[in-house]
Amino acid sequence: MRRPPLRARDLAILVALALYALPFFWQLLTSLKPEAELLRLPPLLPSHLTAVHYRAVFEHSSLPRALLNSLGIGVLTTALALVLGLPAAYALARLVTRGRRLVLLAIVACTALPQIATVSPLYLLMRALGLRDTWLALVLAHASFALPLTIWLLTGFVREIPAAIEESASVDGAGMASTFRWVIGPLLAPGIASAALLAFLFSWNEFLFAYTFTATDASRTVPVALALFPGVFEVPWGDIAAASMLASVPTIVIVVGLQRYLVEGLTAGAVKD
Amino acid sequence: MTGLERGRRRRGWLMLTPALSVLALLTLYPGLWVLWLSLRDEVPIFGVSRFTGLRHYAFLFGDARFLAAAWTTAAFTVASVALETVLGVLAAVGIAGLSRGRRLALSFLLLAWAMPAVVTAKIFEWLYHPAAGLVNYVLGGIALNWLGDPRLALPAVILADAWRTMPFVAVLAYARLLGIPPELYEAAQVDGASRLATFTRVTLPLLRPVLMIAVLFRTLDALRAFDIMFVLTGGGPANVTETLTVYAYRALFQMLDFGIGSAIGVIVFGAVMAVAWIYLRMLRLEEA
Repeated sequence: MRRPPLRARDLAILVALALYALPFFWQLLTSLKPEAELLRLPPLLPSHLTAVHYRAVFEHSSLPRALLNSLGIGVLTTALALVLGLPAAYALARLVTRGRRLVLLAIVACTALPQIATVSPLYLLMRALGLRDTWLALVLAHASFALPLTIWLLTGFVREIPAAIEESASVDGAGMASTFRWVIGPLLAPGIASAALLAFLFSWNEFLFAYTFTATDASRTVPVALALFPGVFEVPWGDIAAASMLASVPTIVIVVGLQRYLVEGLTAGAVKD
Repeated sequence: MTGLERGRRRRGWLMLTPALSVLALLTLYPGLWVLWLSLRDEVPIFGVSRFTGLRHYAFLFGDARFLAAAWTTAAFTVASVALETVLGVLAAVGIAGLSRGRRLALSFLLLAWAMPAVVTAKIFEWLYHPAAGLVNYVLGGIALNWLGDPRLALPAVILADAWRTMPFVAVLAYARLLGIPPELYEAAQVDGASRLATFTRVTLPLLRPVLMIAVLFRTLDALRAFDIMFVLTGGGPANVTETLTVYAYRALFQMLDFGIGSAIGVIVFGAVMAVAWIYLRMLRLEEA
């Protein structure tokens, strides 16, 4: 199929949307500007580009450690949400008939609970369990929104798979585990990708729990490290811009590389039901 | 009921149990505990811990700071949701009208939505810089102190929030637009309908259901918003951007008053439930 030509109207719309993303690109440009030119405007464009702010962030800030913490906490949160959420979603979609609506309603209600309401009891709980300033505290706290999200999305995705496919597999003598492995798994893979992606993204971006349950670099996540970014006498705008870009790396990867799954996950919950 | 069916049901509940237990521990239990905390005097550092009934709620409804925070939350929510809905529909119509480059267009939008709110706050703090910020430069070199002026700070925060959340509305609306059969537009064209008429008579009514859902989600999120104002202005200047969530956080972890802080958290929860309930009622009235 030949691609249609780019019309003037298309170009105008694309330029308008690129301008909408200008704050992001401005921060990118700031992260590459020489220190001496930061507080001068005009000119809009720097005389040359420099990586000095990125070097400063890697050598003199806690951001590298925070990137590791965020990655670990995000991956573990996603894994926990999938391990618990996948069987639950399958059961809700296929096995449990009486009480299904009530359980789904309760799961949606969980997502309506504001973090600001649960932050004080969870803080006391984490303190009582000796979990303050650990990865586990944040994995559990983030599971409080990642798990309901995963169950909700996956229940919808399982229901889209015709039950007849599974029935024919079990007629052929396949057990439940192998039916899942060979029949449902592959059909559900895009849905699992969408759910996992959103769970990871929300964990990576989360701030209130991460700010409250952490105390040192041992567990501080990227948003916390960025919010607490140190400036001794003046605000290091260039370093903050570089740290902002590093904090947005998963965002960029997901939006540019995995956009299909992101949009699928975003619209699945809202458009179909 | 056959034995086979009963077996399936039992297995179903067995598969649900781990997830529901963890969820109960992480949401239901703190949800009930915060209600209990809000009825108590809890100041852990002074070892204060006693039942006080509804006194915190009575105090809050006469507390000028609480009432100001409630007003700020309402203004923030209404302005931000209205702005992002209008812009979101425009963006969706724009993207749906593209013959090429839709993926690129969505990338520009989703970038704003998918990054951490703390990054958004840092980006806008820099954009709003009085001397070197792009906003003042674009406005012709004026020297407005966006985040320091009590009249400008709340609009500045609302703008930053609308920027990062508009893409959510746009993506939902765009997904719906893709499902509208082109024949509808062709029919409107044959009938000689103008572009504006086509938009208001064909596009908007079809978008209505998905927009209602988007507005509900966004309203609930705006009522609970915390990161953007906490990092961008910290509730200042002169508390003009202090929402209920920021007040609750300060009560909890700066004044270390868990009773009052929890009571404000419960009130935010109540507001969220009230909005969801009103919305469901409206939906039911419409269906009837």
